[in-house]
Amino acid sequence: MALPRGYDGVVLAVPVTVPYVRHSTRSAQWWVGRALAALAQASGISHHEFDGLSVASFSLAPDTSIGLTQHFGLSPRFIDFLPLGGVAGVVGLRRAARAVQAGDCDVVACVAADTNAPQSFRQSLEQFSRFSQDAVYPYGAGGPNVSFALIAQAFMAATGLERSDIARLAVAQRENALRNPDALMKKPLSVDEYMNARAIAPPIHLFDCVMPCAGAEAFLVMREAAALAQGLPFVRLTAAIERHNGFPTDPVMLRGGWARDVTDLWAMAGVGPDAVDLVQTYDDYPFVSAMQFADLGFCAPAALPEFLRGHDFTVMGDLPHNTSGGQLSVGQAGCAGGHLGLVEALRQLTATAGARQVKGARRALVSGFGMITYDRGLGSGAVVLEAA
Amino acid sequence: MAMDVLATLISALACGQVRVVDLTQTLTEDFPTIVLPPEFGQSAPVRIEQIAHYDAAGPAWYWNNLSFGEHTGTHFDAPAHWFTGRDVARGTVDTLPAEDMIAPACVVDCTAGCAADPDFLLTRQQLEAWEASHGRIPQGAWVLMRSDWSQRKGAAYAGLRGDGAHTPGPDAEAMRWLVQERGILGFGTETIGTDAGQGGDFTPSYPAHHYLHGAGRYGLQCLTNLHLLPPTGAVLLAAPLKVHAGSGSPLRVLALVTGDEA
Amino acid sequence: MRDKKNPTLRTRHPLLPPAARSTAAHLLTAAAAQGRFALPCCTQCGRFAWPMPEACPECLAEVALKDAPNEARLISATKAEVPADSYFRERAPWWVGLVQMGCGPQALVHLHPAAQVGDALDMTLMLDRAGQAVLHAGPIGGDMTTDPQWQHMTADPRGRRILITDARHIAALPLAIALAGAGAAAIFAGVPEMWKPLPQREALLAVPGLVLVPLDVTSDRSVADLAHDIGGKVEILINTADLPRPGGLTAPTAQADARAAMETVAFGLMRLARSFGPPMTARGADGPLGAVAWVNVLSVFSRAHPPALAGYGAAHAAGLALCHALRADLATGGLRLMTVLTGPTEDDWFQTFDPPKVSGKALAAAIVAGLQRGLEEVSVGDLAKDLLQRLDENPKAVERALASGRI
Repeated sequence: MALPRGYDGVVLAVPVTVPYVRHSTRSAQWWVGRALAALAQASGISHHEFDGLSVASFSLAPDTSIGLTQHFGLSPRFIDFLPLGGVAGVVGLRRAARAVQAGDCDVVACVAADTNAPQSFRQSLEQFSRFSQDAVYPYGAGGPNVSFALIAQAFMAATGLERSDIARLAVAQRENALRNPDALMKKPLSVDEYMNARAIAPPIHLFDCVMPCAGAEAFLVMREAAALAQGLPFVRLTAAIERHNGFPTDPVMLRGGWARDVTDLWAMAGVGPDAVDLVQTYDDYPFVSAMQFADLGFCAPAALPEFLRGHDFTVMGDLPHNTSGGQLSVGQAGCAGGHLGLVEALRQLTATAGARQVKGARRALVSGFGMITYDRGLGSGAVVLEAA
Repeated sequence: MAMDVLATLISALACGQVRVVDLTQTLTEDFPTIVLPPEFGQSAPVRIEQIAHYDAAGPAWYWNNLSFGEHTGTHFDAPAHWFTGRDVARGTVDTLPAEDMIAPACVVDCTAGCAADPDFLLTRQQLEAWEASHGRIPQGAWVLMRSDWSQRKGAAYAGLRGDGAHTPGPDAEAMRWLVQERGILGFGTETIGTDAGQGGDFTPSYPAHHYLHGAGRYGLQCLTNLHLLPPTGAVLLAAPLKVHAGSGSPLRVLALVTGDEA
Repeated sequence: MRDKKNPTLRTRHPLLPPAARSTAAHLLTAAAAQGRFALPCCTQCGRFAWPMPEACPECLAEVALKDAPNEARLISATKAEVPADSYFRERAPWWVGLVQMGCGPQALVHLHPAAQVGDALDMTLMLDRAGQAVLHAGPIGGDMTTDPQWQHMTADPRGRRILITDARHIAALPLAIALAGAGAAAIFAGVPEMWKPLPQREALLAVPGLVLVPLDVTSDRSVADLAHDIGGKVEILINTADLPRPGGLTAPTAQADARAAMETVAFGLMRLARSFGPPMTARGADGPLGAVAWVNVLSVFSRAHPPALAGYGAAHAAGLALCHALRADLATGGLRLMTVLTGPTEDDWFQTFDPPKVSGKALAAAIVAGLQRGLEEVSVGDLAKDLLQRLDENPKAVERALASGRI
């Protein structure tokens, strides 16, 4: 099968994070507004000039992206609405890049925002999906913890991963987060603390879980010429894959859709996994990050224990991973979780990551994963980004 | 003259020379009613269903809906109740003469016999013996059979067994004699019927019903407090509800007795 | 012996597991209510699917519910220590498994704690405390009743105090015996018109833990009085009150009999609901032996009405209709309302009906089994089952058959 066309001439610029808070009395619309304002301010481009708007959110109801155009004074000729969880970042980027590349629009504001009130996580579970309403929530398995515990148990049994291996990812991310002033988690995390944390749904324990919060992530997609004209640092999109319900007949999720498309990804990128300087995986649970390393070609699944033990995943290490601290340590701002890695990679590759800057970072792999509507995460995607 | 009589009565009542005795059982839901073989139509039991009790169904008032068969609680049998009385003039409770609702009463004490035998039967001989002591039963008087049955409760009162009810009552000749030879106004009992529990096996069946109603006379049953009445001299007030074409009705039965007799 | 309640602690308010379901998923509710194991199945390719889809994921044809084999193998298991939902959180840890069903799809299940990954399992489609269909799985041949989660979803008489509303019913004595055998802590047997003989008095009183109580469901006062006395103790109410009086519309006593039957079967149920419903509903989470179920024993002629039982059928139809309102009320406390539709019973009132008829013992056994399985709809006797099936398939044919005196 022929590879997809490249994304030549299309770039990402202007990484924006509206700093997260655990609970917010503001609406998701407010968080979108702050993100748009930050994009305009940082880019020097008036938001009236954003002729593309791509919004990912779970908590915008009753709005979708179209209502936001009037709300915020935009007149775009491309809009997208992506209540797709952790895969929304990659999906939104792919669509926005093609729209810009084809000339359907010039500047797409890609925004992911969600708010979080003390009751809202629980309430959103109740109406997350038809299948979870019918066949998950009634089993005391509301929320992803139980479903992912069942997957984790099978995955760990199949790969030989131990909790102590997975701990390495969580602990390294916390170390990275301590260099990120926007991370909600401020305390160091030791392997012992990870191992001895209270059980949530074995093998999932407390430090395997993200903390739901409110926040927003955003960036612009535009033509390279426009970024240059505006004097904006940018990165190039060199490869992208996307797959939903990739392995429908697998009895239990031991791999994600990446495994179907990984060859295309590296073929498009023209390099292999060994050529990336940093990796941003979707870390709703650290074992899911481990699964992505295997599915994206870093090692065979059975070699994961050895792989995890063999690398240092901190920003100073040999394979910097989730350099912002990831969702595990920064927080999970709903649908913005999938944008977190993209925005962080954009910072790293434009050398604006401050204290957590990976030295000489030129190429990053960012993957997204989302929507466990029943027994498995359905959406998977990944991109390779390169510094200009 | 008449005014004087009533004024005398009122002052006698006021000073206790005449007293009022209530012969009525309280109308309750669990008071036994007549039991017929189930293939026959059945009397509805007494039911008292609250409409409102100073509550959301009626904030300032209390009232109930009542339902019952004509022959429940302390009740009156009109002639039309029985086939023998079906052609009697003014034989239903709405048409029966109001004058009949106030009449003297003779009380025949059968307590000893009834205590010894639930199937005790009051006979003509016993009535004649009563007359020997208390004088002839006047025409147009109630004859009340005192059994003290009203002091029994529940199953002991109903007396139901596998072969029917076992409760005292009059035998056939006693009833024929009272109706035809003495011309009584009616016959009253403390049990569920004017007839004995086994009266269906008598000849004629249910002789109290048969003779009384055939002759246009009345029945009273489920009476109480008969032990407070003298053998003679009491006056009964027994006015059934004016139910259209009714065969009987629950009612309040009162007796006037002179104070020195009580 | 029941543990005594600590009077200084607040009685838990009943919480319910999540009750929202898609419309299509309620096909499963119907199967679970009757204790059938049925799953969505493609009408074209015959593949089973789960969760309930709107079209077969394999061939996009329509799906319909179909009886399915109930064996499965455990892929993965966990226990939710900190469930997001309050109902489960106060009952945590809650065991959940992912199973590979023998018939094809995978499913999340309420899992027996004894089950190990790789084990062969028996699955049950059952109603949870919200009255909605869920899957339970436990080791093949294992004792499901030892699973606390199973206990939450069933209405086991064991250790509970039970009111049988009419001791004169043909099933009352065998039911009392069966309940005592099933471990009931106490049995209250209601006697209407205590002044009438009760032929089985001695046999009833010989049942361990049984006491006779006055109860006439046709009397407001009688029902209210008993509820005042024991309403806070009854954990299972089994309403056996009935007044079978055959007769067509023009039978001499038709109207009075129908009214009396209505008073017993329909209004009697209303009186019981008014007096016993609220105290029972409030005790839906009163410890492991809180109030759990209400059983209405009704005639199958509540669903199909022979002309020769005009008033009786109407009274039972009314009673069955009221069950839906009562079920909704009881559901707020997580209580199950089980309707038991029986065919003609072996008593004098159905003397002229052809066999097979339902013995009191068979009826009692069905009631106890239904409680132990947590069912919502039980039919007893071949005639009742046959009639209900024919009614599902071809209601007019049933009506015509009944009109011509056949059942």
